[in-house]
Amino acid sequence: MAKKMTLHLRIWRQPNPHTPGKFVTYTIRDVSSDMSLLDLLDVLNEELIKKGEQPVEFDNDCREGICGMCGFLVNGVAHGPKRGRTACQQYLRDFKDGETITLEPFRAKAFPVIKDLVVDRSALDRIMAAGGYISVNTGSAPDANSIPIPKDIAEQAFDAAACIGCGACVAACPNASASLFVGAKIAHLALLPQGQPERIRRVLRMVEQMDKEGFGDCSNHGECEAVCPKNISIKHIAIMRREYLRALFCS
Amino acid sequence: MAIAIKLLDAKAPSGPLESRWTRHKDQLKLVSPTNKRKYTILVVGTGLAGASAAASLAELGYNVKAFCIQDSPRRAHSIAAQGGINAAKNYRNDGDSVWRLFYDTIKGGDFRARESNVYRLAELSLNIIDQCVAQGVPFAREYGGLLDTRSFGGALVERTFYARGQTGQQLLLGAYSAMMRQVDAGRVTLYPRREMLDLVVINGQARGIVCRNLVTGELEPYVGDAVVLCTGGYGNAYFLATYAKNSNATAIWRCHKRGAFFANPCFVQIHPTCIPATGDYQSKLTLMSESLRNDGRVWVPTKKGDTRPPNEIPQDERDYFLERKYPTYGNLVPRDIASRAVKAVCDEGRGVGATGRAVYLDFSDTIREKGIDYIKEKYGNLFEMYQHITGEDPYKVPMRIYPAVHYTMGGLWVDYNLMSTIPGLFVLGEANFSDHGANRLGASALMQGLADGYFIIPYTIGDYFANTTLPKVSTEHSAFKDSLADVHRFLTKLLSIKGNKTVLEFHRELGMILWDYVGMARNAQGLQIAIEKIRRLREEFWNNLKVPGDANMLNKNLEMAGRVADFLELAELMAIDALHREESCGAHFREEYQTPDGEALRNDEKFCYVAAWEYTGDLSKPELHKEPLVFEFVKPTVRSYK
Ligand SMILES: Cc1cc2nc3c(=O)[nH]c(=O)nc-3n(C[C@H](O)[C@H](O)[C@H](O)COP(=O)(O)OP(=O)(O)OC[C@H]3O[C@@H](n4cnc5c(N)ncnc54)[C@H](O)[C@@H]3O)c2cc1C
Ligand code: SF4
Ligand code: FES
Repeated sequence: MAKKMTLHLRIWRQPNPHTPGKFVTYTIRDVSSDMSLLDLLDVLNEELIKKGEQPVEFDNDCREGICGMCGFLVNGVAHGPKRGRTACQQYLRDFKDGETITLEPFRAKAFPVIKDLVVDRSALDRIMAAGGYISVNTGSAPDANSIPIPKDIAEQAFDAAACIGCGACVAACPNASASLFVGAKIAHLALLPQGQPERIRRVLRMVEQMDKEGFGDCSNHGECEAVCPKNISIKHIAIMRREYLRALFCS
Repeated sequence: MAIAIKLLDAKAPSGPLESRWTRHKDQLKLVSPTNKRKYTILVVGTGLAGASAAASLAELGYNVKAFCIQDSPRRAHSIAAQGGINAAKNYRNDGDSVWRLFYDTIKGGDFRARESNVYRLAELSLNIIDQCVAQGVPFAREYGGLLDTRSFGGALVERTFYARGQTGQQLLLGAYSAMMRQVDAGRVTLYPRREMLDLVVINGQARGIVCRNLVTGELEPYVGDAVVLCTGGYGNAYFLATYAKNSNATAIWRCHKRGAFFANPCFVQIHPTCIPATGDYQSKLTLMSESLRNDGRVWVPTKKGDTRPPNEIPQDERDYFLERKYPTYGNLVPRDIASRAVKAVCDEGRGVGATGRAVYLDFSDTIREKGIDYIKEKYGNLFEMYQHITGEDPYKVPMRIYPAVHYTMGGLWVDYNLMSTIPGLFVLGEANFSDHGANRLGASALMQGLADGYFIIPYTIGDYFANTTLPKVSTEHSAFKDSLADVHRFLTKLLSIKGNKTVLEFHRELGMILWDYVGMARNAQGLQIAIEKIRRLREEFWNNLKVPGDANMLNKNLEMAGRVADFLELAELMAIDALHREESCGAHFREEYQTPDGEALRNDEKFCYVAAWEYTGDLSKPELHKEPLVFEFVKPTVRSYK
């Protein structure tokens, strides 16, 4: 059953990339425990606008955990306390009445803050453009069933392909490494027969681009896996390493 | 202002249905590879339609600029599609064929779509699956390694391909990766965090767009030789809907005001299985995929006001009303029919849950017969999502579901080449009106978006270029300057009202009007009330709106204000269209026109046409143009799913 709650939100406010930010605390009373965290931000913003203050900017779109647009640190944890979920899938019933919740943007050199909780994650797209694809022109594909793929391989490829590109893994990593994100894509395509022809070139280029964007190295802390809303396993980083070594060896 | 075309020419080919598209393609003019490089195409939107179009056009050698609202093109609303995509592969040998998919889609749309278009769509469905598999889309497979399929509403064959409950995500990532390959090749330039706010028409041709850079607030003009709109549907006009928060009508509406006709705006799909709203604070509803109706049974208590928990209600006191009313299709009747049936039992007072506006979707029989793992594998992520949102475990208690706005069949009018009434403005995906008539069958929006983007626009746009002279223009042209000034004025006006009501309040109010009067059931009196209310609300909006901040910064409230301003105009057209269509067809249910047992009563004599509305400068007096629908191959019948 829904309860009424009072919550304090301690939120990072930063008007633009060039002005330093600071935490500001707001109190919201009498909200339903059935609300999502983003619903709560909506309620806060309505109050702020009515008072003539600036609303808190935060990215969001699907609000059902699939687009990867939302994301910030909730009490220091990327996406929030409930593991395996995005920020938009955190509900107030999982917080304590009277609790102070701290919200701040993802922190990483490669993700500059744009405003309040909004950051720039375009580095991830640039990594994808450096080979995160299979080269097949429209119209040139053979019949879909001409490439049988064992069910378990297809399932493993799917587990990797489920990444939503949210960047939480980067935000959680002490080195701000994007290895889980990159590893997931490399594993997805390396597992499939369609991905074989470009296997070597892909891993070399994507890893190179990741370095160029200023992401750090992976030193096996495992924080990425813990916050990943899609439960992408850290074994994908091992696959990426193996693929990388194999590529160096082959080329 | 474009010159109105009085007789709408769909340019649909004639002759035998099976060879129409092939012959049409053979007759289209081509652009030589060296010349393709000289053309720049502006693709607005990077969902399934936009990403597939951008990739395919760039592969041909065109220069493509791709725009989207989100921070990355991979986040377009298509990402949220759950259930699957149809294709007439007949891998199951269960009697499927291109003809049958065509027939099911035409019938599902209640005979309000063009035969030529729908047949082409069914034909292209075959190529789509091939293309996606080649890109590495991890579709569900059987133990033999071949592709698995399942059933969706409105069909008696299993032709729906799927990737767990994340089909849209996987298809979009496939199209996105094809597009990123072209970014890599230097043929596509990405413009994320941009919102198109105007279309620039020069000498009657679409020659550019004006965007707002959503980070800096700057207004940016872009010149192109053609504009391809792939900006999705307008269902967020209802405020509460299953759409992503950024889905909007702004791009299509501003093009409408520049001369593009708007077709069948009142055809809006209300999906039967969504998680019911729990409170006023909510701004978004979540779909539970139609695929769940394969294994879930829909029921309500037989008695009114029965408040016992579902597990305590014995079998003989449950009404499996879809199975009872429609024995042949059972729980898999099309969406419009299921939604109305749900509404009817709730109106009778037999709805469940705190508000009485919900019915059960119960998996206990399947769990008993096939085990929990079967359900987990097929629908695991949906069950998880349900649990996150409601805090209830659907493996133990039945889901509670209620209809919600989900898809818009209406959209900008396009001919067989997907060109609007403005030469050089093409419209793809949910943004156009083309293939679904008055009701879309499940798993066919993904099919349409990809057919449009991968396989149709690459052919038809070349024909346009080959037949058209395009004088050189630059952003110095007065049309660009005027457009920039218009947009600037519009934004300044929104910010200068400084009233007392927020954008969200206006949006919610508009949504309520549309849901009450232009929703699942409509009547003349209600529609007239709606029109009055919308006009009053629009006036209040322009006098009492409060938008914080300014235009030179990231300002989501300002973005939303512009979108709600457009919804407030489009809403009136939706009501006008619904009022003029004095028949019931598909999702458009006029209470005055129904059979004795409450089914839709079409009027083919008077309304067998596409209603395409032209903007006249007066929102209350749009001009109606008709495109008659001719059925040469199927006979419009009473749509029966009994
Ligand atoms: C929850 C859900 C589940 C669904 N499941 C299925 C399913 O299983 N099978 C099926 O066939 N269909 C399904 N559908 C329907 C289907 O997903 C959509 O109809 C389809 O994805 C629309 O694709 P699109 O490319 O036309 O537009 P969208 O994916 O909506 O993309 C619109 C694009 O346009 C951009 N844009 C919009 N306005 C502007 C502007 N002014 N300026 C710049 N860019 C702009 C956006 O940023 C975005 O990139 C589902 C829909 C929902 C809501
Ligand atoms: S790996 Fe997980 S955390 Fe990282 S981007 Fe993908 S979904 Fe997000
Ligand atoms: S808003 Fe889409 S994942 Fe959270």
